[in-house]
Amino acid sequence: MKKNKTRNSRVWLSSPYILWIAGFTVIPMIMIFHYALTDKNGGFTFANIAAIFEPIHFKAMVFSVEIALGCTVICILLSYPLVMALRHLHMGKQGFTLFILIIPMWMNFILRVLAWQMILSKNGILNLLLTSLGFEPLSLANTSTAIMIGVVYDYLPYMVLPIFNAIADIDEDIIEAAKDLGANGLAVFCKIIFPLSVPGLLSGIVMVFVPSMTSFVVADILGGGKLQLIGNIIEQEFTKNSDWNLGSGLSVSLMIFVLISMAFTSKEDSKGRRESAIW
Amino acid sequence: MVEKLKNWLSRFYIGIIILFMYAPILVLIVLSFNRSRSRVVWGGFTLSWYQSLFSNAQIMDALWTTLVLAFLSAFAATVIGLMGALGIHAMRRKNYQVMMAFTDIPLLNADIVTGIALMLWFVRFLPLGFTSVVVAHITFNIPYVILSVMPRIQQMNVSLYEAARDLGANAVYGFFRIILPQLASGILSGFFMAFTMSMDDFVITYFTKGAGVNTLSTMIYAQIRRGIKPELYALSTIIFAFVFVILILVNYWPGASGKRGRGEQDY
Amino acid sequence: MKDVILQLDSVSKTFDGKKVLDNLNLEIGRNEFITLLGPSGCGKSTTLRIIGGFVKPDSGRVLFEGKDITDLSPDKRNINTVFQKYSLFPHMNVAENIAFGLKLKKKSSQYIKDKINYALKLVNMDGYEDRKPDSLSGGQQQRVAIARAIVNEPKVLLLDEPLGALDLKLRHGMQRELIKIKKEVGITFIYVTHDQEEALTMSDRIVVMNKGIIQQMGTSKSIYDEPQNAFVADFIGDSNIIDGVMKADRLVEIQGAAIPCVDEGFGRDEPVDVVIRPEDLVITQEDGGYLKGMVVSIIFKGAYYEIKVRVGQFDWVIQSVNPAQIGSMVGLTILPDNIQIMHKPHSEDAKVEKLD
Repeated sequence: MKKNKTRNSRVWLSSPYILWIAGFTVIPMIMIFHYALTDKNGGFTFANIAAIFEPIHFKAMVFSVEIALGCTVICILLSYPLVMALRHLHMGKQGFTLFILIIPMWMNFILRVLAWQMILSKNGILNLLLTSLGFEPLSLANTSTAIMIGVVYDYLPYMVLPIFNAIADIDEDIIEAAKDLGANGLAVFCKIIFPLSVPGLLSGIVMVFVPSMTSFVVADILGGGKLQLIGNIIEQEFTKNSDWNLGSGLSVSLMIFVLISMAFTSKEDSKGRRESAIW
Repeated sequence: MVEKLKNWLSRFYIGIIILFMYAPILVLIVLSFNRSRSRVVWGGFTLSWYQSLFSNAQIMDALWTTLVLAFLSAFAATVIGLMGALGIHAMRRKNYQVMMAFTDIPLLNADIVTGIALMLWFVRFLPLGFTSVVVAHITFNIPYVILSVMPRIQQMNVSLYEAARDLGANAVYGFFRIILPQLASGILSGFFMAFTMSMDDFVITYFTKGAGVNTLSTMIYAQIRRGIKPELYALSTIIFAFVFVILILVNYWPGASGKRGRGEQDY
Repeated sequence: MKDVILQLDSVSKTFDGKKVLDNLNLEIGRNEFITLLGPSGCGKSTTLRIIGGFVKPDSGRVLFEGKDITDLSPDKRNINTVFQKYSLFPHMNVAENIAFGLKLKKKSSQYIKDKINYALKLVNMDGYEDRKPDSLSGGQQQRVAIARAIVNEPKVLLLDEPLGALDLKLRHGMQRELIKIKKEVGITFIYVTHDQEEALTMSDRIVVMNKGIIQQMGTSKSIYDEPQNAFVADFIGDSNIIDGVMKADRLVEIQGAAIPCVDEGFGRDEPVDVVIRPEDLVITQEDGGYLKGMVVSIIFKGAYYEIKVRVGQFDWVIQSVNPAQIGSMVGLTILPDNIQIMHKPHSEDAKVEKLD
């Protein structure tokens, strides 16, 4: 009885948060749906949401999905060897990994993207290096490759850290047990390490896929304004064209797409993310 | 032999990733010492940007706004998030899941959607300005706090609190002396994560700030076309160096984290 | 000559500048139940890990059926291990855990199924195929770990303090079961423990280790009855270990009293260590024994009384079925057979010459 009473009184502690959710998560969502489903005169319409299928929007959407998928896959492919190398060299759980991945976040994000522009531009550092070594210069500036490099750079830590946390938790004894039962290095990875890293992997996918779809600043700077992500289109509807209804409609389409594509991870993920929150 | 090769490969690969992560940072640090205002020409070494930085009222203003914003929003998010997590943890399974789903919304939504939704709300009911940005930052910071505190709450020994109450401690005393110390590491990491996220945010600030309010991010964004003021490279370098030193001290201070590999246990 | 399945040949290992194994030589016979016994840090676990292939010795060789396997990785050895912390794969159920090694060997699914059934019956866990490790108790997890190792039909099974994490009652039950399993599968068991009682009840042969050196090897009985140095005597069972001086063959002086014993061949007036088991001391009338002292404590232990008698500066521990009065003066006597005389070690790490 007494236990129940303290439990119930503890629930009340969350009331400020519940109010906050109501005020600043639920109502804004209602607002965005309200704008999305009305036209300039306040009449009901589906046109703003359906506008995602207009060629220019659809093209941006497809490009966004390409960038996001590419970015997610590349981040996964870069993360596993890194995590295995760190584990192999017994790099401490907190110290080193955090170091190499978190510290760059303290350099302003836009400045970092600008630095990539300087590295990748026609007369940039990369080409300077290449020509001085006798190679042909690359024309990466304002290409989708440049955008890809930018988003991979930006979101790699969000993939590495949850995977690292999941794998760092695996007891060395379990690895030894697998070897003892006849597993070679590859089998240990496929049958033990990879399956146990899946919760971290899923949370990494969520944390990389969604933001890389809409990273309009990266596309602006590294795409030279010609290549547009869905994020760029939405941003322009609000800042340049002042068509808030269309901007909201495209946002809702994006939201629906993200929800559908992430639905399969959410169940498994919720546990993993909770355990492997960034640091 | 194989072991040596593996070690070498591991080091080599980590080196490549470090190069990738730090190349842009190196570029920015070099630029902060570049006499030329151009981004592509090296005009000789100078410290003058570091000097003029502190007399540039606009930059100092943005820095101050960024820091105050990060601190206020991280602090408020920590308080609300901690109380929220404690409450949610005591809920029945069903309500618990509903609340955690709501907590996931700002994380699952693209930043741009969160920013726009808040902006649409604010322009109706709350004038855009510093306050609206603080509210927006608190909103996206709370989930990070909850996600770092919740695992600690799940590991918490509730019977200790009950024992303290049983021995005559009142609820407030029990909270500060029993509960808080058990959650300290989760609260601290939640706070720092919120602080970092707030410092690094551009998109949500961009949509929810009013005219006249500038954080470092939005100021830099506005300068992209006209050219970045070199003082900003200097400022970023200072911030970076500051955090670098702090993290080194925290991680490698003798006794700060006395962890050693295997082999110490039983031979 | 016995049938040797595994041989350690002058194996040495150093960790962080600390010598963990020092020129270790050991031969293990086919179907033997051999126990490596010693305090933590004695090198027993390292020895096991070298046999398993998880640690490479700095020098020396490991021979398996006469072939050198020193550089062979663990997955290529016909040896399996039962780990102290069970180390079951958390993402697999019991059946998948047991099938792990067999699947890697590409056995047929029918074969695997039969093996799982057989192994689970052997460890009394039939019906648990679909359970996840975290839903099992410590004892159950350990049974699964044993089953997982045994289905691979290793020629040698290594057990690294497998019962260390279990409570006392469970441990006794599992000891009996391990002996049963050993008889059923008929393979070599190499067992590591710091629990002397466990070693004494289960093993065919015990290897007592300390500081990376084998102190004594032999059957339970020989180790218990005839410890070769003070370390073994102290580590195995309760003992009274006291300084003595050999006065002549078959006569030792302890605390000023000359007491007949059965040991010969020591130097005249050679200082020695004398070991006397508590159950071998007999309490007599005050003047009826070799030694005279006062009863300082008495504890009832169920089957016997543990009595301490102070003689000079030394408290003798005695196990006796009869109680004694605290504060009373008593005498102590002992049969010559029950006195164990040992050379003083020349240094702390002194080796003991091999007896067998």
